[in-house]
Amino acid sequence: MTVSAGRRRLTGLPGVYAVTMRTAVQIQFQYRAANYAYLLGMIAEPVIYLVVWSTVARSQGGDVDGITAGEFAAYYIVWTLVRNMNIVFTPYGWEERIRRGVLSGMLVRPVHPIHYDIAFFAGWKFVAILLWLPIAAVLTLIFRPTFDVNLLEAAVFLVAIWGAFLIRTMLLWLLGMVTFWTTRVSALYDLYFTAELLLSGRLLPLALMPAWAGTLADVLPFKYTFGYPIEVLATDLSTAELLTGLLIQAGWVLASTALMALVWRVAVRRYSAVGN
Amino acid sequence: MATRDRLAMTYLRVAALNELQYRVNFFLSIVQSLVAVGTALVVLALVFSHTDSLGGWSSDELLVVMGVYVLIGGVIRSIIQPNMQQLMEDVEEGTLDYVLTKPADAQLLVSIRRFGLWQAVDVLVGLLLVGIALIRLDTGVAVWSVLAFVLALVLGGLDVYCFWLLLTSSAFVLTRVNFLVELFDGMYQAGRWPVTIYPGWLRIGFTFLVPLAFAVTVPASALTGRLSGWLLLGAVVFTAVLFALTRYVWSRSLRRYSGASA
Repeated sequence: MTVSAGRRRLTGLPGVYAVTMRTAVQIQFQYRAANYAYLLGMIAEPVIYLVVWSTVARSQGGDVDGITAGEFAAYYIVWTLVRNMNIVFTPYGWEERIRRGVLSGMLVRPVHPIHYDIAFFAGWKFVAILLWLPIAAVLTLIFRPTFDVNLLEAAVFLVAIWGAFLIRTMLLWLLGMVTFWTTRVSALYDLYFTAELLLSGRLLPLALMPAWAGTLADVLPFKYTFGYPIEVLATDLSTAELLTGLLIQAGWVLASTALMALVWRVAVRRYSAVGN
Repeated sequence: MATRDRLAMTYLRVAALNELQYRVNFFLSIVQSLVAVGTALVVLALVFSHTDSLGGWSSDELLVVMGVYVLIGGVIRSIIQPNMQQLMEDVEEGTLDYVLTKPADAQLLVSIRRFGLWQAVDVLVGLLLVGIALIRLDTGVAVWSVLAFVLALVLGGLDVYCFWLLLTSSAFVLTRVNFLVELFDGMYQAGRWPVTIYPGWLRIGFTFLVPLAFAVTVPASALTGRLSGWLLLGAVVFTAVLFALTRYVWSRSLRRYSGASA
């Protein structure tokens, strides 16, 4: 559509993504101190888990069910990057979007609002990863993780973290859209996040869960937003496991996107903004 | 002193009456509390399905730690944090003027303006957990242990309050500090476990920088026969020094405040 000063600009949906991502990067760089404090607060969680499990490993003579202190360190350091990747638009944000009519502005634009959320948070990831690098270096020096990464694992990981990001975006959109029906959502969100904490590998490697919980985690999507990408890099999955994981992830991306699109069509009809 | 007490009681009563308008929040607090405690118990069970003791603490002893953590968490969320967040907002927007023009001690006033009645549910839940843990431990608790526990709790609460006020005082220099809330919440989670399990440098940090040791581990130690008189004395001295330091920093910081019209 536009060709300005000899420089070809992206138009249509890719253009929306390019602009939104660039804006996100600029905004988040402006708040780098706040971003850093946020990152540091976030680091406390995995460090606590790591210390607890290392202590258990030591008291058990070196390992817990075959996982050594160094492997726990690897797991929870990769955890910090995966956690950064799957921070997406919070379901708590929907109340504000609806109450203050923010959504009205999004609705008159010619593309589905989910694109802005995907693009904005995807852009933010680049800032987050940049700020995360020194923290990862410090954690590595302190906790001495044991890593054994080959090329295939690294490649699968790079895809898997974006798969995790997409699945979690869709799931939390679905959860947030409940706000169109009721605003008393905090108890529901609490339950959801608790289920996610326990069954995703966020709290502890799923291998340490009782067998039935592991089976449950296998059929739920949570694992593919936390545990699976972490295990790709931090543990030794077979080639078959690596690729099956990616396939299942792709399946969840499609399923959650389809469901999101469906619910959105019903939900948006219930929307009536307070004008301002 | 009597006037100050009356003033504090009046403020807290008004804040509590304010909260009573929103009764549904009581049930939401209960649900939240139940989910949080349920999760914590699951975590304890998972850890102890792989070991019999964690850094020398049995699972029932760790339940005492968990109870104190929930209790102090309730104190933080019902009174310390709401007041400090209000203070951050007032410094940023310049509305602290309304506090400073009142003829009473400003530090007292900024510390008692808010009271989240429903969040205080956690104080009861925490006490309940401690009670259950003590019954399961079945070792009998001496009167002096209970007294030491209460004293350690009060000291711990004061330590957290001082730490929060020190953090919040940075608003006078930095203006926008609401990210401190996230930072503190993240750090406070470490108090779920006795600070003795953390490696040296972290343990020192959680004792003197973020006073988690005094807030959670020391009171829990009092009930599980780990607290020596010397440690309790140390807690008294630490709290006194921290309180004096906070008072000094607060009065220095106030001088930097330039008000709404600036």
